[in-house]
Amino acid sequence: MFDVSRDAPLPPLPGVGYKPQHYADIIKNPDPVGWLEIHAENYMGDGGRPIAQLRHLAERFPISVHGVGLSIGSEGDLDPDHLARLKHLVDWLNPASFSEHLAWSTHDSHFLNDLLPLPYTETTLAQVASHITQVQDTLGRQMLLENPSSYLAFAESTLSETEFLREIAARTGCGLLLDVNNVFVSATNLKTSPQAYIDAFPLEAVGELHLGGHDEDEDETGAPLLIDSHGKAIVDPVWSLLDYTLERSGPKPLLIEWDNDVPDWATLAKEATRAATALTKVAA
Amino acid sequence: MKVNQEAFQAGLFDPAAPAPTGLQNPDGAPATKRFDVYRNNVAVSLSDALEAAFPVIRKLVGDQFFRAMAGVYLRKHQPTSPLMMFYGEKMPQFLRRFPPAQSLPYLPDIAKLELAMRRAYHAADATAVDPQALAALAPDALLASRLRLAPPVQVLTSDYPIHGIYRANTTNDAPKPVMQPEAVLITRPGFDPQIHLIDRSTATCVTALMDNTPLGETLTDDRLDLGATLSLLLGQSAITEIH
Repeated sequence: MFDVSRDAPLPPLPGVGYKPQHYADIIKNPDPVGWLEIHAENYMGDGGRPIAQLRHLAERFPISVHGVGLSIGSEGDLDPDHLARLKHLVDWLNPASFSEHLAWSTHDSHFLNDLLPLPYTETTLAQVASHITQVQDTLGRQMLLENPSSYLAFAESTLSETEFLREIAARTGCGLLLDVNNVFVSATNLKTSPQAYIDAFPLEAVGELHLGGHDEDEDETGAPLLIDSHGKAIVDPVWSLLDYTLERSGPKPLLIEWDNDVPDWATLAKEATRAATALTKVAA
Repeated sequence: MKVNQEAFQAGLFDPAAPAPTGLQNPDGAPATKRFDVYRNNVAVSLSDALEAAFPVIRKLVGDQFFRAMAGVYLRKHQPTSPLMMFYGEKMPQFLRRFPPAQSLPYLPDIAKLELAMRRAYHAADATAVDPQALAALAPDALLASRLRLAPPVQVLTSDYPIHGIYRANTTNDAPKPVMQPEAVLITRPGFDPQIHLIDRSTATCVTALMDNTPLGETLTDDRLDLGATLSLLLGQSAITEIH
C-alpha cells in the first residue's frame, strides 16, 4: 500500500510520532497515516521488543528517524560514541529520513535531556555547520535540521533564525525540517510575526513539516509564554499557519507530534485526518 | 554579553541563581521566568525518566518522597549519555548514602533489580539451543561443557527478600514478603523479562556458568539441584550455546 522501498523519500502525507501503545492499532488501521517517525535514542538498545517492533513497522511504513540527543548546537565536539550508535541504527534501518534539532543538549559529557537554545552568530554558524557536515559524512546521507521553539533571546545574536538556517543549509547541503508549531510558539514568545518567519524561511530546502500542541503560560510581566509541550491537540491558529505555509511550500511530509499525555489512536488519527485535509487543499 | 553553555548549564541546576545575563525577553529585559522554562523542562524530564525506571522504588517510598529524592539525584548524577532508557544507573549507590532512605535498607538492592530488569528488556536477542541438545550429551561430555547464556540473563543476590518485595509491588495476588535473604534469576524468554526466585546454590552455579566455567566445576554446593537448574534455564530459553 505504501512505497517502503528503502531509498524512497518520505511521502507528502500525514505521519505520526510512533508510540508503542499504538502498535496494534497502527498495524490494523493506520489510515490516514502514511509514515511514522521514531526518536532515534529509544531504539539504541541492543534488542528486545523495541527493536523487533521497529523492524516490523519498517516493513510496512516509511520511517523517519528523529534524533533528540546529538547536540548539534554544542560549543564542543559531538559525542563520537553517540554518533556511532546513530550510524549503527541508520545503517540497519535505512530510514527514509534522518533529522535533528538546532539545539544543544550535552555539555561536558552531561546529557540534559532538553533542547537548549544557542545564539545566532558567525561563531555558532561555523560550529553548527561543521557538526552537520560531520554527521552527514558519517551517515553518508543528507540530514534535516529543525527550527527550535524559543522562550528567550540572546543579546549576542547577530543573525535572525531564518538567516542562520538558510546559511546552514547553503553551507552544508542539509535540508530543513520546519516545525510550524515552533514558529508559532517562538513568534508569540518573542513578539514577532509567524507569517513573516514563514515568508523568510528557505521553503525550497524543507523536507518535512512538524505540528504539535503547546501549553499556555505567562512570564513575570504578564506577556504570553507558550511552551512546546507536545502534550495536547494542535490549536486553530497553528492549523491556520500550516495552511499559510503549505500554500507557499506545496505538499510536504507532515508529522503530528504528541509525546506527552499520549492520547488513544482514534484521537491521534483525527489530528492526522485534519493534516491530510490540509495537504489535499494544496495538492492540486 | 555572551552566555556560554557552561554558564547556561550551571544556571539550570541552581534554581536560586538569576538567569545568566545576556538572555532576554523580547523587550530586552532579563529572561527570568523564560529561563525557568528550561530549568523546569530539564528537572521534570529527568525526574520522569527516573519514575519510569524505578516504579517499585516509587511505590515503596510514595510519590512525594520519590519526587524529592529524584530532585536530589538529578542534580548529583546527570545522565552521561542520551540513552534515557539507562538513566539512573547510580541509584543503588545513591540510595545507600541518601539519609532519608536509611530506614529502608533494602531499597538499594531493589534499585539494582529494577536496573537489571531494564537491561534485560533492552538486551540483545539470541536464539536458544534446542532443549534436547543437553539431553543428547553423555554425562562426561555434559560436565565438561561450557554453556553460553542469553544476554538478558542475570543473577542478583541480596540480604533482603528482593523477589518477595518486587512481586508484592508488581502483581496483585503476591504473598507478603518474608524478611530473609533472597536470590533471583532474570531471564527473557520472549520480550518480557521474567524474575525467578532461586536458592543460593543455584545462584552460585549460574553465576559461574556466566563466567564461562565448565558445568562440572560449578557444582560446588551439594544442595544444588542441577536437573532443576538446567531445566529452568532451558525452559526460559536462557542457554544459547553449548561448547
